[in-house]
This record gives sequence, structure tokens and C-alpha cells, in this order.
Amino acid sequence: MSANTWTIAAARDALRKGEISAVDLTMSCLTAIDAADDLGAFVHKTPDIALDQARAADARLKAGDAPDLCGIPLGIKDLFCTKGVPSQAASNILRGFRPEYESTVTSKLFDAGAVMLGKLNMDEFAMGSSNETSCYGNAVNPWKIDDRKLTPGGSSGGSAAAVAADLCLGATGTDTGGSIRQPAAFTGIVGIKPTYGRVSRWGVVAFASSLDQAGPMTKSVRDAAIFLSAMSGHDAKDSTSADLPVPDFEAALTGDIRGKKIGIPKEYRMDGMPAEIEALWAKGADMLRDAGAEIVDISLPHTKYALPAYYVIAPAEASSNLARYDGVRYGHRAELQAGDGITEMYEKTRAEGFGPEVQRRIMVGTYVLSAGFYDAYYNRARKVRALIKRDFDLAFAAGVDAILTPATPSSAFGLGEMASADPVEMYLNDVFTVTVNLAGLPGVSVPVGLDAKGLPLGLQLIGRPWEEGDLLNHAYVLERAAGFVAKPGKWW
Amino acid sequence: MSIDIETARRVAKLARIRVEAPDLPKLAGQLNDIVSFMEQLNEVDVTGIEPMTSVTPMRLKRRADVVTDGNIQGQILKNAPDAREGFFAVPKVVE
Repeated sequence: MSANTWTIAAARDALRKGEISAVDLTMSCLTAIDAADDLGAFVHKTPDIALDQARAADARLKAGDAPDLCGIPLGIKDLFCTKGVPSQAASNILRGFRPEYESTVTSKLFDAGAVMLGKLNMDEFAMGSSNETSCYGNAVNPWKIDDRKLTPGGSSGGSAAAVAADLCLGATGTDTGGSIRQPAAFTGIVGIKPTYGRVSRWGVVAFASSLDQAGPMTKSVRDAAIFLSAMSGHDAKDSTSADLPVPDFEAALTGDIRGKKIGIPKEYRMDGMPAEIEALWAKGADMLRDAGAEIVDISLPHTKYALPAYYVIAPAEASSNLARYDGVRYGHRAELQAGDGITEMYEKTRAEGFGPEVQRRIMVGTYVLSAGFYDAYYNRARKVRALIKRDFDLAFAAGVDAILTPATPSSAFGLGEMASADPVEMYLNDVFTVTVNLAGLPGVSVPVGLDAKGLPLGLQLIGRPWEEGDLLNHAYVLERAAGFVAKPGKWW
Repeated sequence: MSIDIETARRVAKLARIRVEAPDLPKLAGQLNDIVSFMEQLNEVDVTGIEPMTSVTPMRLKRRADVVTDGNIQGQILKNAPDAREGFFAVPKVVE
């Protein structure tokens, strides 16, 4: 098997044993990337940086100073600022932007010896569930069942496509309402959104600051544990990052969940839920029960209100965060006519630079924060958010260790199929994932099976705050029981 | 609450996004759909509930009030669409 298909864990061991060099491993990924332009996953390739980093990693490996990620080739979502490398958040408003600084996450990865293969496609400013709002064009799911091209999900669609197609060993993603977990489920890979505050947001282009968290997207739960340990940790540059020690998440993968209590929230059984999703969910519960866990029914009564609360809070924060794109300090500035003043410059720049979905969300946010509506929408949504979090607090206080839900309401749909839908229909993709962001909890999506069409389906496990290790251990049990090994057939 | 064309125009203005007049009805319709979706929040009894300000019950860290960087004018201006003589250049603001 070509080395680009390896897991991070396998590559780590092979690198340390000297069975392959970081340069050769990197070359195998660069070759796969160059043959995969049809997937639209990598939007800025950085082979020179990758090979320099790989050579440095080989030197460290030789010297016996090799952290887990040393020499591991990764893809980086375009939302992360990477020094000297285009970082556009898939938006035309940041065309040409090359940061003068490195995000904390990528700094940590590089300090650990990781190799950056390039920047990955995504929905513009991480706003979308299908990677169709990107200024680079669509990312395409490597899974295919007929003539149609399918979405890899979003917003981390390029990351999901790249990992599923073995273009890299793992990729960074970010998750504001499900943007790691939904694309992971659509492409048959693992994705974890950590507890809010576990990973520094410094240098990650902001969408909704109280919800955004970065996390890894990988081929296995073990890889997610290795990768997450390397990304996590307190950062003085992000005042919301938690000053807590980072456990060795990989060491938590004991495979033993005997006596653990798994909650099945009845409110996630939505009207019109496809029978396949329901069956998969029951199957997942059986797997955890067979491993010695106790399955209990729980209630999270405010679940129904999570999506509307999210679609007040996230646009409100986005309208504030995206006010900085004004054509003055970086990125695009519109051509001005004689007599245009600074207001025309702002308005034309933002109309040209932002795509329709981003414009819509900024305007929704502006509306809910405007005088007279602030209490009715924004403050009410923040109160509902407190109730949603309380639902989870009560479940955990009652002894639940993890909560099992579907990851998505369907398998991957066709690109363009939602084009005529109203924006709210697209938002329903996040129905099972968005609660986790509102409550600041860790959530992981694990591939568990294929649907009747032959497309991957995932289940989500939700954990207690700061207990990513325990959560990943549950995911590890589910992964082993499900034995999901299917790979997309190569058509690209 | 429904969003009419005038409200859509006002919101676009506040957001500093130019929306041409023929596009306003469609925008108003879409904003209306989204806002009606939010109206479900009115079903929730929020009596006595404080709006969430922080999802983790932890105090924001403070740092010493000292200069931590500086003298990076070149880096700050490097990505500007128009920078002159050490400044960001914009259209005339004051007559």
C-alpha cells in the first residue's frame, strides 16, 4: 500500500523504525495530491515548504528527537493563518492575503515536526454545510455511487475529502456548528470537535468566537487522539483557551468501557428520520452495550431550539467579527468611482468580496443586534443557549458518561441539489451537531457503516467537558466494533 | 415580525454591504424565512434565566499591561490594498 494511505499511527511507527523517510512519505502524498485536482480539496499547494519540513523531520528522527507528529504530512484548512502562505478563508475578500504570522495551532504542529502539504478548501468563512460557498469552487466527495458528484459536507469539506481520498494522513478542521463532524460523517472518517477552550483560536479566522473550535480530521480514532494532543493547550494569545494540562489522549484508548453509562437522547429521534439512520443509531447502541456499557434513555428537552438559537448567535457574532473586512488593512478593495467616499468603499468592497451566504449571515446578525431587536432575538437566544447547556449538565450530573446520537440526518447529497432550497433547509444539516457547540462540549463523529446506496454514515458521541480522552475511548470501542474499513473507489 | 424591503435596505446599509434595489425583494424574502425560523425561540420559557456570557465557567485570564510587540510597521502594512508613507490610505474622509 502506498504510504499516503497509512494512518498517522502507522506512519509514526514506520518513521521511527526507519522503514520510510519523511521525505518519501511526503512525496507519496504530493503525488496523490497532484493526481486529485478533480476533488478540489487542496486549493494552495505548498510542496516546497512540505519537502523542507520533511527534511528537517528526517534530521530529528535520526537524532532520536521525534514527537508523534514528526514527519507526518498534513493538510491545513484555509481558515488557519499560515505565514507567507495564502490564507483566504475561501473568500474573495481575502484574495492575496498572506499572513505575517502563524496561527497557534499550525505553530504547535510545526514545532512537533508535522509537514504542511497545502491549504484545504472549505465553505467561505466556514459558513456552509456542503462546501458550495467557497470562492475556489466546490470540494468533491471521493465517495461516488453514480454520475453525480457528491458533497463532502462542510464547512471542512476540503479537509474531509483530502483525508478520505488519502491525499494526506490527517487534516485540521474547524467546527462552529458541526463543520468537522458532518463532513467526517459524509466521507467515512473520524472528526473531533474538542471542548471549547481546549485548542487556541489565535490565528484562526474568526466566524463565531463563542462557538468556534479547531480539531483534527483523521482516518482513525487513534490518529485523532495523537493529533488532538499536539494541537491542544493553553495559549496566552487566546484569553478563552483553558489553562489546563493536556492529557495524553492516545493513552486513554484502553478499549474498556465496562460500566460506563451511555445516554440516548429521545429528542434526537426527529420526525421523518430515515429508517437507515435510526437503525444505525440502534446498532451503535448495541455495540456499546456489547462492550459492557449501560445504555440509558435520557432527555435533553431544549434540543429543538438549538438550531434557531444557533442561527441567531452565530450570525450575530459573525456580523461583528467580519466587520474588519473593510478594504483598508488587507484583502480586496473595490475599484472606486470619482466622488466615492469611504462609505462607498466599504459597501462596494464588501458586496464584491463576500459571497451570498456570508452576506446573508452578516445581515441577519446585523438585524438581530440592531436597536429594538437585541433583546427579542440575541438575548433570548443566549438564554435558550443557557438552557441547552443545562440539559447536558443535568444528564452528566445524573451519571451519564457519553451521549450517542446520529452525526447527520442523511448521507452525502449531490452537489447543487440544495441550490433551490431556502437557506434554512441547508441549516438542518447541523441539527445533531449544533447543540454540542452551544454547550461547549467535545463531540466526535465515527464512521459506523454504509447506507443502502453505499455511502458512509457516522454516529456522534458527545462527552463531558475536558474529557476528550474518555470520549475518544468510547469512540475507539465503537470504531473497533463497527469495523468500518470501506474506502471510496478511485475515479479522480 | 416580518422584514419588508425598507428593512432589508436599512440592514444592508448598517452592515455596509451594497445591495442593488432590484435585489432587495429577494433579500427581504430570505431574511424573512430565517427570522421566522428564529421565532420558535418565543415558545421557550426563559423566565429567570441569565443570558449565557461564557460557555465554560472560567474566569478570563488577565495579563500584565505591558507592550508585548511593536516596531513591525512594515509587517502591519504589508497586506494593505493601499499603503503610503507608513499609513493605510483611504478615500478622503474629511473635506
